[in-house]
Amino acid sequence: MNLKKINIENKKIRDLIPQVLTVLALISVIFYFATNAQINMGNRGISFGFGFLSQEASFDIAFSLIEFDGSYSYGRAFLVGLLNTILVSVIGIFLATILGVIVGVARLSDNYLIAKTAEWYVEIFRNIPLILQIFFWYFAALRALPSPENAINFYDISYLTIKGWYIPKFVWINFDIFCYSLILAFASIFFLNRYAKKQREEFGKLLPTFTLSLAILILIPLFSFLLLGVSLSFNYPELKQLSETSYTYENGVSIIPELIALALALSMYTATFIAENVRAGVMGVSKGQKEAAASIGLNKGQILKLVVMPQALRIIIPPTTNQYLNLTKNSSLAAAIAYPDMVLVFAKTALMQTGRAIEIISITMLTYLSLSISISIFMNWYNKKMAIKEK
Amino acid sequence: MKLTNLKPSKDKINTFLPLGSLFVIFAFLDVLTNTFLNYNITGFLPQTISYLVPLLLGYIGFYLIRIEFSGIRFLDKLNKNINSSNFNAFLTLLILFIIIKAISPLMNWLILDANFAGTSKDDCTGDGACWVFIKVWFNRLMYGLYPDLEQWRVNSAFILLFALVGVAFFVPQKIKKYFIIFLLFVYPFIGIKLLSGGSFGLTYVETAAWGGLSLTFIISAFAILFCFPIGVFLALGRRSSLPAIRYISIGFIELWRGVPLITVLFMAAVMFPMFLPDGTFIDKLIRVLIAITLFEAAYMAEVVRGGLQALPKGQYEAAKSLGMGYWRMNALIILPQALKLVIPGIANTLLALVKDTPLIFVVGLMELAGMIGLAKTNPKWLGMAMEGYVFAGLVFWIICYAMSRYSQNLEKKLSTER
Repeated sequence: MNLKKINIENKKIRDLIPQVLTVLALISVIFYFATNAQINMGNRGISFGFGFLSQEASFDIAFSLIEFDGSYSYGRAFLVGLLNTILVSVIGIFLATILGVIVGVARLSDNYLIAKTAEWYVEIFRNIPLILQIFFWYFAALRALPSPENAINFYDISYLTIKGWYIPKFVWINFDIFCYSLILAFASIFFLNRYAKKQREEFGKLLPTFTLSLAILILIPLFSFLLLGVSLSFNYPELKQLSETSYTYENGVSIIPELIALALALSMYTATFIAENVRAGVMGVSKGQKEAAASIGLNKGQILKLVVMPQALRIIIPPTTNQYLNLTKNSSLAAAIAYPDMVLVFAKTALMQTGRAIEIISITMLTYLSLSISISIFMNWYNKKMAIKEK
Repeated sequence: MKLTNLKPSKDKINTFLPLGSLFVIFAFLDVLTNTFLNYNITGFLPQTISYLVPLLLGYIGFYLIRIEFSGIRFLDKLNKNINSSNFNAFLTLLILFIIIKAISPLMNWLILDANFAGTSKDDCTGDGACWVFIKVWFNRLMYGLYPDLEQWRVNSAFILLFALVGVAFFVPQKIKKYFIIFLLFVYPFIGIKLLSGGSFGLTYVETAAWGGLSLTFIISAFAILFCFPIGVFLALGRRSSLPAIRYISIGFIELWRGVPLITVLFMAAVMFPMFLPDGTFIDKLIRVLIAITLFEAAYMAEVVRGGLQALPKGQYEAAKSLGMGYWRMNALIILPQALKLVIPGIANTLLALVKDTPLIFVVGLMELAGMIGLAKTNPKWLGMAMEGYVFAGLVFWIICYAMSRYSQNLEKKLSTER
């Protein structure tokens, strides 16, 4: 057979055949699924499309950063869910980083007790499934809090109750001007640092950048308060009786227990991984580096700041970003305790009401996917920038 | 008197050591009597000061006994490990006092005031945990809604599995091969038949009744079995020189790795039936199993890829120069070495898989965590969430800790070999 001869002799054609077969198989599977989906949706009288996003949602969301009630659209509901996901992720990342760095440094302590305590913290919280930790905080620990009338009182400013944590509400006047002043402050810190770097590299002068940056960060926003009419006051939560036995707090901001449980569990779980990264990073800097730095006369603080940290961060940051990404993805467990994140609001409630499984699951997955991919693109760029440039 | 006289040193050890020890002992005595005997020695002081007294006394005591090169071995060891500076001494005291303070209520709740005997919630009269709840629900927590009379089948399936694995460890190399083939290709069918029944005189048990901790094991076992080969193929695909196969593999891996498991499970439960011809029905457990397997396979692929990348190019070239084709080269030369390199990574992926299994409750399958959710909402057993989740956490912790310890040991063993 002529064809067989060509196959064996010509590498190009030989390579082409498995590829064509794979692509064909993939296309036929997709085609098979698509036709089935079309028939199934036809039977149920729905057609594929995203028009439902502008329909009225007619359900309420317990906790929302932007205005929302039943009269808003499904698209708006999606946005509420997305914002709630971002909110809990940002809080979780913030707490996990602080806790993780503390535990990671504690694991390296020369104090036996501290190192052991940190080690056991990591071993305990890393080896219990996250969902169980969320359940524990939500169904067991936070349910043991007192009712509003017996709330745990923090100096009459905020109250911790079974219904949530009530904190003062920030009332801003001219908030936009304050934001501009913050942007201005950060921009001037950025340019100051560039200028300081130039001074250091060209003339060998050291500027007190940290003190100057701190001064700018405080002074410019302060200036906006004093001269540009920005003002801030607080609305403190106040106990209010609804009926004979039912109390609540008014005027403050209520942080719902779902959010507290989720943020606690996410940050305590992720902190164990970050702690391990920090430990590996600091241990990854060889002793010779510290000794070399000491021998050229740097003091302890300078060694840490100029020699150890830059190298340790190079090891710490990539896996830690990965953990941030994991935390964001894990925040979808919110659906288990009814914190209204993207999965609960959109992939559960909205799906149940509209029955548009394909569209809604696709949107949800694509949102997470684009989040992950954009972070991994950023990480690749960062790794390339930070990698040791060897000659 | 000069101030330097106050600095602890070896020549004044006879003054400083007894004095410092006295301070430390008194500090601990105060905390201990306070916690366990409910008697406050420093009760005559104002409350806030009385609270801080042990910390202050202990701090002074630790300062006084911080004598360098004292010649007393115990003291030197103590100073080196927990008392090397003022800051360390403070942290040491803080941690010890917190542990002492926490142990008493914890032990009371867990054991001393807890209730073990009885059959209903009313038997729980003490202030502590109500372990009766776990005792009564124990069968359900282990087997889910599996009928009581048929539970021996679950037991025997697992006993058979462990027996086979155990025997496979000890038999000579020659027969081991057949044991492993039997375990991988024959046992799964026996196991499924034993669990689901429907023939050989066994009554049929639908998968919706499977649950509890045994479901965790079933899902983990099957997902491990299937995600490993799929992961290896995906990793090879990602390193393939054929662009179409490479891009499809990359797309597949990144798709699963980019989304949370919970959405994948929703997809399997809600969206996937839409893609099947009308009237066909795939069991929910199987759909969920496929979803978990594919999800974990993507992570496995990345681990295996790490091993493939770590192999020097010479290995590939040597295999090719011997005239080996692609499959022979990978099966005989590349994969055995690459997989050995990433055994710790594989173990970590499997650990993540086990920790992910409780998530299946979002699609209505009840393994351990799900069963506790069910049990604590039972009207007769309200308010038992704490006991339930502490128990589930302990069970999972033991499993996962054992796994992670094993993987760490493996890592150490392998790293010394090289």
